[in-house]
Amino acid sequence: MDPLNQFQVKTYIPLSFLGIDISVTNASLFMVLSVGLFCILSLMATRSRSLVPTKMQSLVENAYTFLNSLLQEFCGEEGLKYFPYIFSLFIFVLFSNLLGLVPGAFTSTSQLVVTGTLALTVFVSVTIIGLIKHGFKFFRLFLPDGVPFYVVPILVPVEILSYFMRPVSLAIRLFANMVAGHVMIKIFASFAVMIAGTAFLPLSILPLIVNTAVTFFEVVVALLQAYVFTILSCIYLNDALKLH
Amino acid sequence: MDVEAAKMIGAGLAVFALLGVGIGLGNIFSSLLTGISRNPEASKELFSKAILGFALTESVALLAFIVSLLILFK
Repeated sequence: MDPLNQFQVKTYIPLSFLGIDISVTNASLFMVLSVGLFCILSLMATRSRSLVPTKMQSLVENAYTFLNSLLQEFCGEEGLKYFPYIFSLFIFVLFSNLLGLVPGAFTSTSQLVVTGTLALTVFVSVTIIGLIKHGFKFFRLFLPDGVPFYVVPILVPVEILSYFMRPVSLAIRLFANMVAGHVMIKIFASFAVMIAGTAFLPLSILPLIVNTAVTFFEVVVALLQAYVFTILSCIYLNDALKLH
Repeated sequence: MDVEAAKMIGAGLAVFALLGVGIGLGNIFSSLLTGISRNPEASKELFSKAILGFALTESVALLAFIVSLLILFK
């Protein structure tokens, strides 16, 4: 049993459009599913907008106010313009992570392509926002004020390098967390199967107990990683808006 | 040495990064506890910052884990 087997992308319906492969795979299916689920949830929750919210309505409202205050805390008033982007980023990552924990489901954020695309969109859009807002002054980002002149030749390349490592680290973090968690669950499950094949059959309950705990831990990680992804995007946005 | 055996040893060595991660995580949460016990009012604010530090440190451990998996199953 190869624990990395579960991350294989399988094609369900082969499609191609102008030579580009757009076939329905399990990855794309679960991405559509995570977006669709949130759309259905929020549509149902806000169908009867009452002053005293129902449980469903307050769930969606809390998600909204939580992200609103998060953005305000990290970027201030002028960051609120970019609220829809940050909100959809958080919801997409969160729902993909949580959907992947359903047994048999596919985690779309366990593909480096998916997380890499998300991180690159953040990187490119933040850079463009900074360039539009500050023009050529944006490159002051690589040279903080009050630096002694003899440090400049070392500091500037390091700052530039760290700026370009941002999308890489953002993508790798989410991807590695998801892969590691699912591999851990799979490994403990295969321990149980291995023990069940021997004479010590009742002992196979032990890995199963551990697996339950790991699954709980993974739910926390799924929430945490969506939160961290959003916070780091907010910090990068703040850098571009205010230039240190 | 046998290639299989060398792979196993390499995978074990790759997760040595957990040494630093363990020290780092312990440091983060000990500082968090000190901060909270000095000023319980600020606990909510401190916690969200500590969680950010936790996740950033944790990703180093996961990178090491991925490297060791790549060595084992490639």
